[in-house]
Amino acid sequence: MMIINARPPDPAGSPDPAQSPAVRAEGLTVVRGTRTVLRGLDFAVPRGQITGLLGPSGCGKSTLMRSTVGTQAKVAGTLEVLGHPAGHAALRSRIGYVTQAPSVYDDLTVRQNLDYFAAILDPGRAAAERRRANVTQAVADVDLTSHADSLAGNLSGGQRSRVSLAVALLGTPELLVLDEPTVGLDPVLRRDLWNLFHAIAAERQATLLISSHVMDEAERCHRLLLMREGEILADDTPDALRDRTGSDTVEAAFLHLVDEAIAAGNRTATGDAAGTGSTSGEHPRKETVR
Amino acid sequence: MSTTAPTSVSTGKPATPMSRPSALNLSRTTATATRVLRQLRHDPRTIALMILIPCVMLVLLRYVFDGSPLTFDSIGASLLGIFPLITMFLVTSIATLRERTSGTLERLLAMPLGKGDLIAGYALAFGALAIVQSALATGLAVWFLGLDVVGSPWLLLLVALLDALLGTALGLFVSAFAASEYQAVQFMPAVIFPQLLLCGLFTPRPNMHPALEAVSDVLPMSYAVDGMNEVLKHTDMTADFVRDALIVAGCALLVLTLGAATLRRRTA
Repeated sequence: MMIINARPPDPAGSPDPAQSPAVRAEGLTVVRGTRTVLRGLDFAVPRGQITGLLGPSGCGKSTLMRSTVGTQAKVAGTLEVLGHPAGHAALRSRIGYVTQAPSVYDDLTVRQNLDYFAAILDPGRAAAERRRANVTQAVADVDLTSHADSLAGNLSGGQRSRVSLAVALLGTPELLVLDEPTVGLDPVLRRDLWNLFHAIAAERQATLLISSHVMDEAERCHRLLLMREGEILADDTPDALRDRTGSDTVEAAFLHLVDEAIAAGNRTATGDAAGTGSTSGEHPRKETVR
Repeated sequence: MSTTAPTSVSTGKPATPMSRPSALNLSRTTATATRVLRQLRHDPRTIALMILIPCVMLVLLRYVFDGSPLTFDSIGASLLGIFPLITMFLVTSIATLRERTSGTLERLLAMPLGKGDLIAGYALAFGALAIVQSALATGLAVWFLGLDVVGSPWLLLLVALLDALLGTALGLFVSAFAASEYQAVQFMPAVIFPQLLLCGLFTPRPNMHPALEAVSDVLPMSYAVDGMNEVLKHTDMTADFVRDALIVAGCALLVLTLGAATLRRRTA
């Protein structure tokens, strides 16, 4: 079931659903309480690639991810995921989702956790053999084989978040939405996980949407969405971003774009009246940058 | 690029996806029940407390009313119905609250798990535990403490099981309104104590103030206790017993449905 758009179809757009972006947003707006967390976002996440979602904490990364997997309420605008409206029941077995805080049962062992979630994704006695293989593979993927029979509650923080990640790797999700999967992990493990992410994208043609506020991880993504205060500053490849801003690193490019945005915000706030008002009410706290 | 002003009308807001009518999926339900029981198995102290405390209380009661065995019969039978309700209420409200706060509920509801599967899984697991608890307590009361039951102990067990389901349902429902374990535990006196006072345990319901008697008529625990007393006094399954059992079962189903409505796939 596709969303019918008000605007005419893009002539360049391909009608083939396999080629359409994994996630497509138009005017995506989310209000939480009295706060507008996402402000009319337009973006597309291409299939089969790793898209990094970067920005300072509190900029709306998690809300964007929750909207994509369909757990966020009060989502306005268009948000299409794998050809369905976000949150559609048909998507539930096709998306793997890892929340920021590890969501696993502390009073179960690593393997028991995975056994349960595998039974939800791929139920039935006939699938038992496949499930067991899946679980063993997922445990190995996150390098927890030696801890498979430890209680999740007795593991370290980094280990628990890897259990949470392993749950998302069960089955073969077409879209993996990972909210800060590498926070608090040591460099070796971070490198291994990023290698795993690339392997998943390359071998399974899966799409990965990975958030981070560590800018050096941005270099490992195929594409980047840079966010700040509920808006998207840039949607491009890391190389193009560096070229466009004349910066050496993605971090410098991001800071450059933030400064630009603040300068633009100040201009509309002080001078030229009759502005569009699209940034009204938006007073960045770090105004001193100028 | 980005950031047009958020003018676009919300076209096709996907807030109410066309979820399939979530008919129960047996394997997902049993997988959930197995998981809940496995969690409990890692917590043997809780199991021991759940199973032993009702027995200890019954022994205590037996010797409190040492001089008046008739009182023990009536109160003991009532308590056999009340224990499973209270235990399951507490266990379920804490378990579901933990499920909500740990993020596992959000994860499960983002997976192809029906709400009915989750609730039925919990009901199945705690129902099994309630059977063990009630069987031990009933057996102890009838065969060792001399509880004088005219009817079949199986019927006592049946009512106890229905009460456990009611407790599970109530616990699930109130956990939606508790933000912390502290609040969840405080719902116990709020939801259970009034029913305890009005269910006829302390004084027959017709002796109460008419207003209170009317209130007690709509509280499910009253029927749980009435049902137990029917078994106590009659050899056969009386019409009143059937009515009481059906009311308790109906209330459990109703509250379970309400509880299912509090499980939201989308949250703010």
